[in-house]
Parts: sequence; structure tokens; C-alpha cells
Amino acid sequence: MALSFTLNGKPRQVEAAPSTLVSELLRDHLGLTGTHVGCDTSQCGACVVLLDGRAVKSCTLLAPALDGASVTTIEGLAKGEVLHPMQQAFHLNHGLQCGFCTAGMVMTAVALVADNPSPTEAEVRAGLEGNICRCTGYQNIVASILAGAAAMRSASDVAA
Amino acid sequence: MGKAIGIGAAPLRKEDFRFLTGRGNYVSDLKRPDMSYGVFVRSPHAHALLTGIDASAALAAPGVLAVLTGADVAADDLGGLPCGWGITDKSGEPMKEPAFPLLAQGKVRFVGDMVAFVVAETLEQAHDAAELVAVGYDALPAVVGVLDAVRDGAPLLFDDVPGNLCADWELGDRAATDLAFTRAAHVARLSLVNNRLIGNPMEPRAAVAEYNAGTGHYTLYSTSQFPHVVRFLMSALVLKVPEQKVRVVAPDVGGGFGVKQFHYGEEAVVTWAARKVGQPIKWVADRSEGFVSDRHGRDHVTEAELALDETGRFLGFRVATLANMGGYLSTFGPNIPTNLYAPLLSGVYVMPQIYCNVKVVFTNTVPVDAYRGAGRPEATFLVERMVDVAAAEMGIDRVEIRRRNMIPREAFPYQTPVLLQYDSGDPGGCLDRALVAADVAGFGARKAASARSGKFRGLGFSTYIEACGLAPSRFAGRLGARGGLYESATVRVHPTGQVTVLIGTHNHGQGHETTFAQIVSEKLGVAFEDVDIVFGDTDKVQFGMGTYGSRSLVVGGAALSKASDKVVAKGRKIAAHLLEAGEADIAFEAGVFKVAGTDRGRTFAEIAGAAYVPHNYPLEILEPGLEEQAYYDPVNFTYPGGAHICEVEVDPETGTVTIVGYTGVDDVGTVINPMIVEGQLHGGIVQGIGQALCESAVYDESSGQLLSGSFMDYCMPRADTSPHMSVATHSTLCTHTPMGVKGCGEVGTIGSPAAVINAVVDALSHLGVTHVDMPATSNRIWRVIQNAALPRAAE
Repeated sequence: MALSFTLNGKPRQVEAAPSTLVSELLRDHLGLTGTHVGCDTSQCGACVVLLDGRAVKSCTLLAPALDGASVTTIEGLAKGEVLHPMQQAFHLNHGLQCGFCTAGMVMTAVALVADNPSPTEAEVRAGLEGNICRCTGYQNIVASILAGAAAMRSASDVAA
Repeated sequence: MGKAIGIGAAPLRKEDFRFLTGRGNYVSDLKRPDMSYGVFVRSPHAHALLTGIDASAALAAPGVLAVLTGADVAADDLGGLPCGWGITDKSGEPMKEPAFPLLAQGKVRFVGDMVAFVVAETLEQAHDAAELVAVGYDALPAVVGVLDAVRDGAPLLFDDVPGNLCADWELGDRAATDLAFTRAAHVARLSLVNNRLIGNPMEPRAAVAEYNAGTGHYTLYSTSQFPHVVRFLMSALVLKVPEQKVRVVAPDVGGGFGVKQFHYGEEAVVTWAARKVGQPIKWVADRSEGFVSDRHGRDHVTEAELALDETGRFLGFRVATLANMGGYLSTFGPNIPTNLYAPLLSGVYVMPQIYCNVKVVFTNTVPVDAYRGAGRPEATFLVERMVDVAAAEMGIDRVEIRRRNMIPREAFPYQTPVLLQYDSGDPGGCLDRALVAADVAGFGARKAASARSGKFRGLGFSTYIEACGLAPSRFAGRLGARGGLYESATVRVHPTGQVTVLIGTHNHGQGHETTFAQIVSEKLGVAFEDVDIVFGDTDKVQFGMGTYGSRSLVVGGAALSKASDKVVAKGRKIAAHLLEAGEADIAFEAGVFKVAGTDRGRTFAEIAGAAYVPHNYPLEILEPGLEEQAYYDPVNFTYPGGAHICEVEVDPETGTVTIVGYTGVDDVGTVINPMIVEGQLHGGIVQGIGQALCESAVYDESSGQLLSGSFMDYCMPRADTSPHMSVATHSTLCTHTPMGVKGCGEVGTIGSPAAVINAVVDALSHLGVTHVDMPATSNRIWRVIQNAALPRAAE
């Protein structure tokens, strides 16, 4: 079926079988391999993307759900070579090691902070319930998200 | 122009940008022209005879290119998966080493054992066709636990392995240890289980292979921690093809933890099949497939006795362990519960006599091999639990009994009775600092506060040492290693003075691109940003044993340090020529070669440029170019260690254990990048906490089915159940590695399980609880509390 949606700010039209998973569509059809698949039970969160600003697990969503929507993947977060404040916070706080869960963590964090601009540590930890990391022990991911939230707040202050 | 950033600084990681922007290059991201897809047919039975395979329906299905079975493997005379270690039975006989065929030959021995490989034009077609492969099974009784496997009459996995016993192995002086027990004022006893774990790196294993019929070259892209070893084992022993015609590439790999350090059958089958079908083939494991095929870890059942004198000093330690090997011997399998376990049983203590017997046992489960820590967490958990049990029985404070028996800093180098000589360490210093950092003095008040809210609070200690930096080849060879364990590095200086390093270790999260660049920046005085680290490609990197056993910095970093020194030595020759001075008069400091005592000099970049423009060179004594290679083989293991203190709160209503404080003070030797070391400690500690509180691979005892076969059933640590940790380093320098480094990849996982369980037992000690097996899930702890409460309830 024909699908029409906005992908990382650009309009896209693609043809995909209705049974195609969004993770497959992004990775195999559109070449956006920054979104990862780490499990087959919707547990790990490596595949999280933003669908109309909400964090969704793209391995659990069928392609038709994209029709008319706006999708942001990890590839669409930075402005050119300038990292999004949340990406930069992960860099500054050593919030990643092997990098496999990172896209899902960053996208989840962006959505989390959009909902709750000043989260506590406990709220960040609760918000990561659907994302597994095996490398970091989460401590620096949590620190990154708290720092990223602060950076996003000051960026929106500047924008205001 | 950038600046040099050397040892001890914490530059941000070079590797971050590609991962943060979705530009990582993992095996599952790869596409090759005309690529086909492979799916493995795996055994649904734990133990069965194969009565026949009918692939005709699968072969007739749309898009199917090939269905390969054990018969094809046999017809092509492919070798089985080799075991890299040969241990010796106490009788002097070599271990039993049954073949580990690529695809099952006549019998399957665990759920997940590979039976056939289906290749099709699309992944969907391959999956559909795999369903059509008709495999006849004649199910046999299965055995999954070590205690059952060694019983008389147990089902036998192999006709020629009586009692399912791979080897009955021992270490230590049995008679002297027995004698020590006759002099004991007290003997403490402990039976425990070290729970079976599944490593679960977030990236599932994957392989893409292609064959160039024009040149006869194979290329395998694999999620491997050691591509050169895969190339050697696969080409020489399994596929029997020329090694120089095989390229193995391990690009970005999404975590390893040991799980990806073995040569897996999938790698060889996909490579072999790529030639047969004449198209590139991609195979990516589903997570469910990973659960039943990634090598598992731990799985010990142990009985131990500790002899003490009347003052609580240790006299002797007697240990009997049954270690589960699973259905076949994996690459390092038999080495883990023997050589990486028993030599660590002295812990940080003066333990005059030790005797350890390990029965290495086959069962109908996934093969067991190294998982982060590999043998050493099992040893540490046993020693540190045993010490607590002895302290409780003798009425000695747990910190005091540790101090009383601890090897003092001035006693290093310290020879244990079980092979190892610890070169350096300060366990008491680590403990002192940890006691302060964890505010142990204030624990009583916190415990009282918890009690007021109906909670049980406990404190647990773990003072540990481990052997890593695998490994001194000479030593490993005596223990049964069939290969060397050195590492290699090449420092390639370009005409600009910028540097590419080619190194045989593999970076899959450890930050090598940053840490190794710091070493080169320090050694050569070049800017940090002017150094790139290349790894993971056998066509680029000379050779390497890869990354495992906390060896990358210790062994690979040492090779890199050595190669850098060679570059400086050659630079000195070039400078002497250009400056018309004697070589002995050239000093190298902060990136400048100078004639000592003068202001005449050349920068490193000028020397590099001159190396590639050899006008007027004395060619008979000086070759053009500036590139040096070094191999490094350590003379001993390194011995990181430390003190971990865990504080828990137990809710008696639910049995839930919450970690309310975690402190680690670790001695990892010289710290190159403190930010990266801290990250390694965090990750390691939480993996250990996972073992202690939630992770467990559970098999159904009658059917041999893996019950914990997904992230819905196998509990991984999550952000909301993981604690905030306080970690610090307290370093003594390794005396034999070039930079004094000891390694830090595994310490967290080794130190933490005992700290957590000791805290849980402490919290429950008022109920008479003396031991709790891992994982201390709320279910298990609730039952422990209920059982402890029963006599009172009966009153």
C-alpha cells in the first residue's frame, strides 16, 4: 500500500506491504539503520522512534500507522553536525558505551523531557522502564537525561 | 591545532558521534549486492536421535536457494567447532572432548542445537521454508542439572563419555589441606548454587558472508570479539580453506561480555553456504534464538568447607564444584570453571592450604562458556560468602575477620597456594576507603530507621581480587591453552605526523578509540585528535587475540605502548641524521626530538615528514617510512581488586530487595581515562547485581526446555531497579605491565554479587537465615522469610 508521511522533517511516499513493521520499513526499505532491533518481544526499546512526538517502539508498529504522521528517528535529531541537546548530553556524560541501545534511549529521553521538562532522577528511571541497556548500569544514562533536560530547558528559554 | 591528551585525562569519547547520530555500522545494518537470507532450523528437543530430514518441501518453496544439513557438512568433510583449551583429568587423562558438529550429526543435545540452514531470496521466504523442513526426532530422556547428570543411570549425551563427565579436575594439595582441617578449631560449611546466566548483549549475534568466485576469497562480517581467532579456527580447522583467502570483519559490535568471544557454528555455516549458493547471505539472530544459542555462563553447584583456628584465622579451604558445560565444549568452555576459578580461591586472604575439585559435566543445555568475569565471579562469590558464614558462626565481626586474614600491602608480591602470584595490591586500603565512603559507621542508625518503617536493612561486604589481562602465554600453555594469548599493535605514522593505530583487540563499548589514542598522544606527543584506532578487520590489522578477560588495555595497550616506543626509537635515528648529531644525544620530549643541551630540534611531525622524504638518507642504516609493530605477551596475570559494600532494604511483606547504597573502591592500576573506567565499573556492578537479584536461566527439568527464553521471562536489570552507585579507584601499580595498568572490564561483575547477597543475608540474619541462593528475587526472599517465621507461627 502507498504511505505518505513526514520523515525527519521531509515528506516521504513509500510503498510497503501492510504487514511491514515500522522498524523494518526504516531499516530495510529506507536505509535508516540507526534504529535498532534488540529483541522480538517489545521489551528492549532499542527501536524507539518518535511518532508525532510520542516515543513508540517501532518493532511493534505496522507501517500503515505512519500514514499522515510525522516520524523522527535518531538520524533526524541533530541539525547537520550540531547535536540535539539530548545527544550532546549523552556525549558529555558518557551515557553510551556500545551504542546499540543508544538511539532508543535518546529518543525515549527526548519524549520524556517533552512531557516532563524537569524530571527527577526517580522519574527518569521510571521513564526508562521500557529500555534495556547492558553496558552502562544506567547511571550515566540517567545523568545524561537530567543534563539533557536542563539543556533543553535553556534552549527553549533562548528560543522564547 | 589540537593538543596532546595523555594518560589520566578524561577526554570525551571519539566513538560517540557515530552512535549518537545513528551512523554506527553493525553487522545487521549491512547490505551486499544480491544478498540472500539465512535461517537456522534448530532442535525443539533437548535430547533426541535424528531419524531423518526431508528438505524437499522446503527446497520447492518460493525463493529457496539451499537447505543444508548435517549430511552436507559430512559430505564436505567440515571439521567440528574446536575447543581452545584442553584440561587434564586428575587421573592424568586428557578431558573427554566429543565432536561439536556444525550441524547435528545423528543426534541433538540441547534445545537450539542446529539441525539445518535454509537460504532464500528474502528473509520471509527463508522463515517460511524453515517451517517446511521435516525433521524426524526420536526423543530421548534429557538431563539439564549437574547433580542429575552425574547420577547413576542418568541419560548419557555421548556414548563414549561415561557419567557425562568431561573431566574430574583438581588443584591444590589435598593431603595438606586435609591435615589443616584436623587442626581446626572451627569448620564452616556452605553449599551454594552459582546461577546460570545469559549474557544478552543488546545487539543479537549476526553474520553476513560472501564468496568471490573470481579470487576464491571469503569475507565474513561477524559480531565477534576476536575476528582473527575466528579466521584462524574457521579456515584451518572447520572449513579447511586457505587462511589468507579468508577475511573476517567485526565492525561495530553492540556489546559482547564474553558472549561474542567464541567461534560459533553459525559463522562457519553462513560462510560455507555463501560459496555454495553463490550469493552473499545474511543471518541475524532473533533474540529468542540468542537465548537458546548464545553461550550461557556460570552454573555451578558447590560444597565448601573452611577451616579456622580459634582466633578466626583461615587454615584451609576445601571446595567441591560441579560445573555445567552444556551439550558440547565451546571455545573456552572447560577453562572457565577450572583455571579461571580454582586459582582465585585464596581471594585477598592468607589461605595456607586450598584443595579444589571440579567435575566438569555435560548436560542437555546450551554450551556454557565465559561471561563477564568468567570463573572469577564464581570464586569470589564462594570465598566472600564463606567468610561471612564463618564470621557469623564464630561471632566475629565481618570486617574484622577480613582484616585478620587479609594479605597486607607489604606482603605483595604474594604467592598463593593455587598457582598465582599476586604482584601488587592493597586490599586493606580499598576496604578502609570503602568503609568511609559507604558511611558504615552510620549504618546502625539507618537500620533502626528502616525497622521503624517495618523494613529489614542489611549491609554486605565483598573484598576481592581477580586475575585478568589474559594471559601470559607460557602460563596459559601449562594450563592447557592451545594458543597464545599475546596481543599486537602497529603504529602507522603518516607523512603529516598523524597516526593510525592497527590493533588486534576489539572495541565494542569499552572506549578503546579514546583510551588508546590517549596512550599514543602521551607517548608521541601528537594531538589526541590526530590519532585514529583501527580494529576488527583481518585485512587491515596484522593479528590479534581480541577482547575478553579484561585484556585489551593490559595486553593490547602494552603492545601499543611498545610499538610507540619503537616509533620514538626510529624517530631518534632520523633526528640524529637530520641534526647531524649522535643518536645517543637525541632526547625526545613533549613531541620534539632535540639535541640534548641545545635548542636544536625537530618536531615529531617534521621527523614523520622526513621519514617519507628520504633525501640523502644513510640507507644502509636507516629505512624510509615510520611505522612500527609490536607483539606483547605479559609475564603474569594482572590482579585488580577492591572492596564493595552494598546496603539493602528488604520489604518483609513482599520479599522485595532494594539496593539503597552501593560503594565500590577498586584497584585497577593506572587509570588512563577515569570517565571510561567509571563507566566500566558501573556497568560491571549492575551486571553483578543482575546475577544477585534477578537473572537466572531456568530449564524445565523433565523436558529440557529453556523457560527463561525471552526478556519477558529472563529478568534483565532496568533503570528503575538499578541503584545509584558510588565508585572510586584506589590504585597500586601493576609491576609488570608497561604503564602499570591492571584492567577494569570485569571487576564490577566479580566484586558485586557477594556484596549484594551478603547484605541480603545480613538483613535477614535476625530470622536465623545464614544463606540465600541467587537470584534473591522477591518470591525467593518472601519464601525464606515465611519459612523462617514458621516455628514462631506454630507456637
